[in-house]
Amino acid sequence: MGYPPEILLEAVANGLLMGAVYGLVALGLTLVYGVLHIINFAHGALLTLAMYAAFVAHGAFGLDPYAAMIPLAGLFFVLGYLVQRLVIGPASRGDDSNMLLVTLGLSIIIENAMLAIFRSDTMTLRLPYAMSMVELGDVLLSVPRLIGFGVTLLLAALLFVLMTRTDTGRAIRAVAKERTGAALVGIDVAHIYAVTFGIGTACLAIAACLLLPSFYVSPRVGNAFVLVAFTIVVLGGMGSVTGALLGGLFIGVVESLSGLYFGDSLGQIGIFLIFILVLLLRPTGLFGARA
Amino acid sequence: MAPRKGWPAMLEIKALEAGYGETLILRGIDLSIPEGALVAVLGANGAGKTTLNMTVSGVVRPRGGEIRFAGQSLAALSPPEIVSLGLIHVPEGRKIFPNLNVREVLELGSYRRARTNRARNLERVFGIFPRLKERTRQAAGTLSGGEQQMLAIGRGLMAEPRLLILDEPSLGLSPLLVEEMFTLIRRLHADGLTIMLVEQNVAQSLDVADQAHVLENGVISLSGAARDIAADPELRRSYLGL
Ligand SMILES: Nc1ncnc2c1ncn2[C@@H]1O[C@H](COP(=O)(O)OP(=O)(O)OP(=O)(O)O)[C@@H](O)[C@H]1O
Ligand SMILES: [Mg+2]
Repeated sequence: MGYPPEILLEAVANGLLMGAVYGLVALGLTLVYGVLHIINFAHGALLTLAMYAAFVAHGAFGLDPYAAMIPLAGLFFVLGYLVQRLVIGPASRGDDSNMLLVTLGLSIIIENAMLAIFRSDTMTLRLPYAMSMVELGDVLLSVPRLIGFGVTLLLAALLFVLMTRTDTGRAIRAVAKERTGAALVGIDVAHIYAVTFGIGTACLAIAACLLLPSFYVSPRVGNAFVLVAFTIVVLGGMGSVTGALLGGLFIGVVESLSGLYFGDSLGQIGIFLIFILVLLLRPTGLFGARA
Repeated sequence: MAPRKGWPAMLEIKALEAGYGETLILRGIDLSIPEGALVAVLGANGAGKTTLNMTVSGVVRPRGGEIRFAGQSLAALSPPEIVSLGLIHVPEGRKIFPNLNVREVLELGSYRRARTNRARNLERVFGIFPRLKERTRQAAGTLSGGEQQMLAIGRGLMAEPRLLILDEPSLGLSPLLVEEMFTLIRRLHADGLTIMLVEQNVAQSLDVADQAHVLENGVISLSGAARDIAADPELRRSYLGL
């Protein structure tokens, strides 16, 4: 409709690339939901925290976000593990609705702490490759997005191996569906909850490093992504990891195409239109939730 | 099989109290299971049998009394710590992992205990339950009820139990499978395994057990040799409603 095919193709391709990182943000959310059965309201604040961490790693230690990715992922795994083990778990005393409130409180604390430290100004990293493009046939692709796509796929493959081939991964899947049975084979459920929360938080650290080259940082930046991530999680089916990744790709394309047709500032309208439609028509998700 | 004098039993429960919220369900249970014995715990719906099992395995916290396993107090231990000691509970309703395949469920049976013998024990379980071997890659949740019960017991055996607690293993099985289940229990017992069999299937349980206890309203109302209880028409009528 009006656009030559190579422009459309380019929009779809860049949408797919961006969508992978959206999927990564959604993955952490859906994993925590699938195993702990709570919506982690601190997800957005933790993403913001991770973006500041990557920002500071660059400013203070001269670390490129891509180089900071692995150490920050490790750091945020430990952070997520401890937050679940020492704060969310004990504070909720086994009651899921308490857990939800605790994550909400946590997000308020994190956001305000960052507001106090970094003020409300937006900051950007100036990286030489932020705007660089590669040409693939007729299509121009953003290099940071291409890297984001590749890293996300690699991470998804790693997670798949973890979940299916290791005892810890299998224990995570077991706890997700049958806590009592898991306890009776000797799985420490509180530990598995914390590991899962840690993995979700580590995913955020990686997403932050992938986003930083092309996005600004502000104390509330994480929420914009998490709103998209919620849409993806609903779309992909709550708790479904594959659904999160496929949903992310889909949403990336929707955003990119609606940006093309309605203008950049309205790019996200298409996403929320879909969100509402899915909630109305298929609350279990497009890709068949494994309920 | 009488307990040897002067030797502590494998499982020793004294004046045990436990419940949920405000309600006390177990109101002073005394029970002992000698090493190598097959002890049946019988009782009607709601008597507290499952609560007793859950308390012994650490899922429900005791309110009072004592539980000692192989001489060690379980009062302060978590379910994983109790599993490490070799007290393995195959729960009512199976509680297998529906989203894992058969092989994965069995392997998780040795998550905490006997992990180094995993391959050997897997072969052993497949020897006992050939039907599971044919279905290693099938999602556990799609197994039939009988197959799920086999899987739950197989998962328990993967941990090399010193005491195996079976909570209503014959529940929901066809008469033919119930028969098979009791044959299996007899065979595990003959191989030397100490078993606490919690059942409502009175006649068959008394037939395989060495000793039996009747649980009523959270207390043990009758204990004795399984043979004696099965032979006494008065006891059968008043306690077991037969
Ligand atoms: N999680 C729970 N919360 C509150 N009450 C419970 C809980 N589980 C069991 N009860 C209550 O405790 C009592 C004993 O239940 P329990 O499951 O131990 O009985 P049971 O002997 O195993 O019965 P059945 O033969 O039907 O399995 C029942 O009155 C039951 O309603
Ligand atoms: Mg019961």
